Amino acid sequence: MNKSKWFFTPVLIWLGLFLIVPMLIVVAMSFMQRDTLGNVVYSFSWEGYKTFWDSLYLGIYWDTIVLSITTTVICLVVSYPLAYYLANSSPRVQNWGLILITIPFWINFLIRTYAWVLLLRTQGVVNSLLIHFGWIDEPLQMLYTKGAVLLGMVYNFVPFMVLPLYVAIEQIDRRLLDAASDLGASRWKAFWHIALPQSKAGIMTGSVLVFVSTAGMFVVTDILGGSKSSMISNIIQAQFLGARNWPFGSALSVIFVLTSLVLIVLFSRVMKSRSDRTREGGKA
Amino acid sequence: MIKKGMVLMIELVEIEKQFQGQVVVKPLSMVIEEGEFLTLLGPSGCGKTTILRMIAGFEQPTSGNIVLAGKVVTDNPPNERDLNLVFQHYALFPHMTVEENIAFGLKMKKIPKEQQKERIAEAVAMTQLTALTSRYPHQLSGGQQQRVAIARAIVNKPKVLLLDEPLGALDLQLRKNLQTELKHLQRTLGITFVYVTHDQEEAMMMSDRIVILNNGQVEQIGTPKEIYSSPRTLFAATFVGENNIFTSPQGSFAVRPEKLRPQRSEEGSMKSGVIQDVLYLGNVHKLMVVLDQVGEQQALTVTIVLDSTDEESWRVGERIGVNWNPKDEVVIQS
Repeated sequence: MNKSKWFFTPVLIWLGLFLIVPMLIVVAMSFMQRDTLGNVVYSFSWEGYKTFWDSLYLGIYWDTIVLSITTTVICLVVSYPLAYYLANSSPRVQNWGLILITIPFWINFLIRTYAWVLLLRTQGVVNSLLIHFGWIDEPLQMLYTKGAVLLGMVYNFVPFMVLPLYVAIEQIDRRLLDAASDLGASRWKAFWHIALPQSKAGIMTGSVLVFVSTAGMFVVTDILGGSKSSMISNIIQAQFLGARNWPFGSALSVIFVLTSLVLIVLFSRVMKSRSDRTREGGKA
Repeated sequence: MIKKGMVLMIELVEIEKQFQGQVVVKPLSMVIEEGEFLTLLGPSGCGKTTILRMIAGFEQPTSGNIVLAGKVVTDNPPNERDLNLVFQHYALFPHMTVEENIAFGLKMKKIPKEQQKERIAEAVAMTQLTALTSRYPHQLSGGQQQRVAIARAIVNKPKVLLLDEPLGALDLQLRKNLQTELKHLQRTLGITFVYVTHDQEEAMMMSDRIVILNNGQVEQIGTPKEIYSSPRTLFAATFVGENNIFTSPQGSFAVRPEKLRPQRSEEGSMKSGVIQDVLYLGNVHKLMVVLDQVGEQQALTVTIVLDSTDEESWRVGERIGVNWNPKDEVVIQS
């Protein structure tokens, strides 16, 4: 018992120093003020939180939540069939599939995102092709739109969804599907009643990973969204690096961390109650 | 073969199974009657589970046909066959309670709710699970899980129940209890059971008929009594119960250990030899006797079983004679 305690000590020190302490600093900072030069004034103030109620920031806050949820849902819908197919394939196909999914990670994230600029801009590959084939006369404005940001997010975070889903689906005992089929379930019903609930842990993990990553992302918004489609992270980044308003940036961070927490808790409640309902249904 | 008044339940017509060109089940034809308890018995890899899975619909026979209650079902998927399988490791749905597990088949068949309730209550009572219906599978012992697997199958009132080594994962005592329970259940329900096991004792105890399989081939089909008293092949003779195999110029024959009689003097005995070991097993004791070599023949060790009425004290190393009644010789096909 004592031994295992010591075993965890390095992890605890690491988490304490680099996660808990910085978070506490951010929380403390969010209740402070700044002077005209951008220095932090160490006195209590609601200033940061008050500024948040400005309609501009509320709008961006709301947009961020919508975009993060949309990205998560699209990633889930795109990834589930892929993960299901992979998990049910021969080991050879599984290996190749996983390699293909992880290969993009070998290329720098910025370069990958800039590649989308080349594809989407007015004289980009997509527009040139569409004009070449005569489907459109004028190039489409695709870059610097919310759609481009969404595309960039989904593109970058699909692997975060596929991998946990794949792991969860791969662990499902195939004999359970046989048993369902033996008890009269069609393939679709066996999937719906057995495979899907059994992969819930993967859906949870993947969704949280994608949601949190999207909500905290500012590079994709910067590159593909231009100045028009900012997200909360862009604002936070700007407060720390540009506007030098650390207390306000901290307040925004705290608000968004809390929002994410609430959403994740709600989500896990919904996932749980789904199985509760089937339980109730079975008894009725 | 089929007695009058018996209804044919399953007919296997020359079914054969190959995996990647390798024959795992050689062409097999047989019929299974309604209400019969039929056991597929053989060592692992003999093809017994493959036959069961072909009947259930999880494997397609490479050739041949499967007829269930007069209907050819060879190409039907498992969910379109009126039979249920009790899986080797139960395959209970871990995210469902005992009750939901049992209700699953009825739900899939869209049985009205009221009727579902009745049938579940009936199945639960029959398998003594009434107190456990709201538990999850991981909260149950092995024997209880086994009962849930059976309840989940019989609640559907299938024409045939297939059981794939259902007691294989349980300890001996529990196994013995469940064997009796299962046999009783089968009698009560009158459902045809097709049972797969590698345990010959279990097969002998429960079955109406046994199919002995070896290397994908049927060695013998018969009642437990037929299988025991007149095994047809060397494999059947040695796989079910202990046996002593003798070779003579006319061919091989088998004599069961309890049919061999030891005598103190070698004079006038059919064979003679030295006692190698004496094993006391409570109700019986066994003598292992190394027979004297005759001519070119290999040295043969035979087992003699004596019941508790035998009061002689047999000593290791003692020379004795061995006798048997020639009518107890069973000719073995080579």
